[in-house]
Amino acid sequence: MKPRIAIFSLTGCEGCSLAILELEDQLLDLLGAVEIVNFREGMTEKAWDIDIGFVDGAVSTPEDEREAKRFREACKTLVAIGSCACLGGINTLKNHQARDDYRRYVYGERAEWFPTQPARPLSSVVKVDYELPGCPMIKEEFLQFVKDVLAGRPFKLPDTAVCVECKKRGNVCLYEQGICCLGPVTRAGCNAICPSFGSKCEGCRGIVDREALLVAGVNLREQYDIPLEQVLADFRLFGAYQEGDLP
Amino acid sequence: MTDVSIDVRHVTRVEGHGNIAINVQDGEITRLELAIVESPRFFESFLRGRMYHEVPHITCRICGICSVGHTTTSVKAVEAALGITPSEQTVLLRKLILYGEELQSHFLHLYFLAVPDFLGVGSVIPLARTNPDVVKRALRMKKLANDICGAVGGRHIHPIAIHVGGVTHLPRDEELTGLKRRLEDCRTDLAETVGLFATLKPPDLRRDTEYMALKDAGGEYAFYDGDIVSTRDPTPTPVARYRERVIESVVRHSAAKHCRSPQSETYAVGALARFNNNHEQLHPKAKEAAKALGLQPPCDNPFHNNTAQLVESVHCVDASIELIDELLRRGLRLEPLVKPQRYGEIGAGAAEVPRGVLFHEFGIDRQGRVESANLIIPTGQNLANIEADMRAMVPKLIDSELSKGEIKLQLEMLVRAYDPCISCATHLLDIEWQGEGT
Repeated sequence: MKPRIAIFSLTGCEGCSLAILELEDQLLDLLGAVEIVNFREGMTEKAWDIDIGFVDGAVSTPEDEREAKRFREACKTLVAIGSCACLGGINTLKNHQARDDYRRYVYGERAEWFPTQPARPLSSVVKVDYELPGCPMIKEEFLQFVKDVLAGRPFKLPDTAVCVECKKRGNVCLYEQGICCLGPVTRAGCNAICPSFGSKCEGCRGIVDREALLVAGVNLREQYDIPLEQVLADFRLFGAYQEGDLP
Repeated sequence: MTDVSIDVRHVTRVEGHGNIAINVQDGEITRLELAIVESPRFFESFLRGRMYHEVPHITCRICGICSVGHTTTSVKAVEAALGITPSEQTVLLRKLILYGEELQSHFLHLYFLAVPDFLGVGSVIPLARTNPDVVKRALRMKKLANDICGAVGGRHIHPIAIHVGGVTHLPRDEELTGLKRRLEDCRTDLAETVGLFATLKPPDLRRDTEYMALKDAGGEYAFYDGDIVSTRDPTPTPVARYRERVIESVVRHSAAKHCRSPQSETYAVGALARFNNNHEQLHPKAKEAAKALGLQPPCDNPFHNNTAQLVESVHCVDASIELIDELLRRGLRLEPLVKPQRYGEIGAGAAEVPRGVLFHEFGIDRQGRVESANLIIPTGQNLANIEADMRAMVPKLIDSELSKGEIKLQLEMLVRAYDPCISCATHLLDIEWQGEGT
């Protein structure tokens, strides 16, 4: 029997769900190999006995928390997709601000009507079996994940930094242009797409590991006079929730 | 008319989380809400304190479907605040990526979200078996649109190369010629799509509505540039004075604010609003398509927003071909980003994104950091109007012979016709209070 797949969304832009639809060349093959049984953005039918559930978006409200638990109960395997579900993502920008302040700035005196809480990754609420980070999720990585699962192979994220892929593509290092880029500390797998299009790496796939971070910190200070604190400050854009775990 | 209670929890095949709740007692509508239950997102708060050049990279994360639209509007607003005039080449490239996104979003909506209703299925998935040619055509068209965005911006979802002051990457000539060839081929797919839609019968609903859009004084069908006009007040208002035309309020059942205009309690934006205001500027091929589809201005049937999306798709394909010719003729060369000319001012920007006119406004302080932010989203502008349409529809639906399931379907189809982007809409600013408890 084909695995029954669901695609769910919490607080986010639903870009990771959309990335699945942007696999235009492989979509019909994918639909042949799996059965999509629950996908609010794309279909009306809904089922709740699910083999693999993909969730995009962060846990950002009490309702999100309830939904996350419901998804966990309904799915044999639960996969967080995208920076929001894996790291809290861009939503964690509000975590740096006082709750009453950011609510009032948007909703004024009616702020109480709109419950909210600090943004967190899915894994902070329920057990998550796999994570496919990125803003948006890398659709080729998603495809690889599905192939591996269908073939019964283990799936593993790359454990090198974006820098490695960037060097392979022959890009001129942005540090040579005086730009602080998060490539040395961010998990690879995006084929260094941002530096390849002239922008710095913004760390959307999360920090590769603590050790790489410490080594990069020493190298960046020695070579370019950039302290680790600056790298960590830039990392706040997508990964504020990780801050407690960082050196 | 009997008592009726309708409750659609999470309208499907729309972007984001929305519910429909309607109660009718003794023939009176006692409750009618399109409730926006998407989590509040707080982007206007997120932006405060971030550097000006980060703004488009943050706002594009408002929405995966229209992230190019948010990027475009943001760079225009930040540039207005900083006194930056981008180069002609930059503007041409931004127009091309915006056309790419209009096409991507319209194709996604027409084929994946709207068509299943007309063909009596719950999603596009069963069509892959019963109508594989239709699905393959839809995927081919959508991929072309994504590839236009990819060539200019690096990717469609959260583009990389579009920055305040210019672009950091140029498409290669052979990429542009390849896209041009595929755009020319796409005319056949579009003709077949027009043929398909000409056979579909949208529900008949007419309601006198104000339609608002940008209008380009230069005579282009407005997407990238223009002043604010509407069918009830065609006097052009510059985007910097958008607050004169768009009045926001917070309502309890919606995390997205509602909007009205000086003329109307509710108004509509989107493809049909653009068509109603600017049909004369459409490409001749798009005018032919409108004729084939029976779409005539002024049209006040909201279900024809889908038809207008298709007409605009025909326009965007030919407009993209012309833009590519222009870029190839001029020859592309990498330019440095234009530097800010001043700090400490407020700037507003607008663009016609797939679901209608989008406004961004940012105050940038003397250090180049965002001090204030206001975002007015097309779906937010449409919400009150969708409810007004429902109010007009419900009594007729209840008096008809339709089953409750069919009534629900028609109401959901109405919501889908507007192609709401709910994630986008749930974070707006600038408040004028409505009556307590509304």
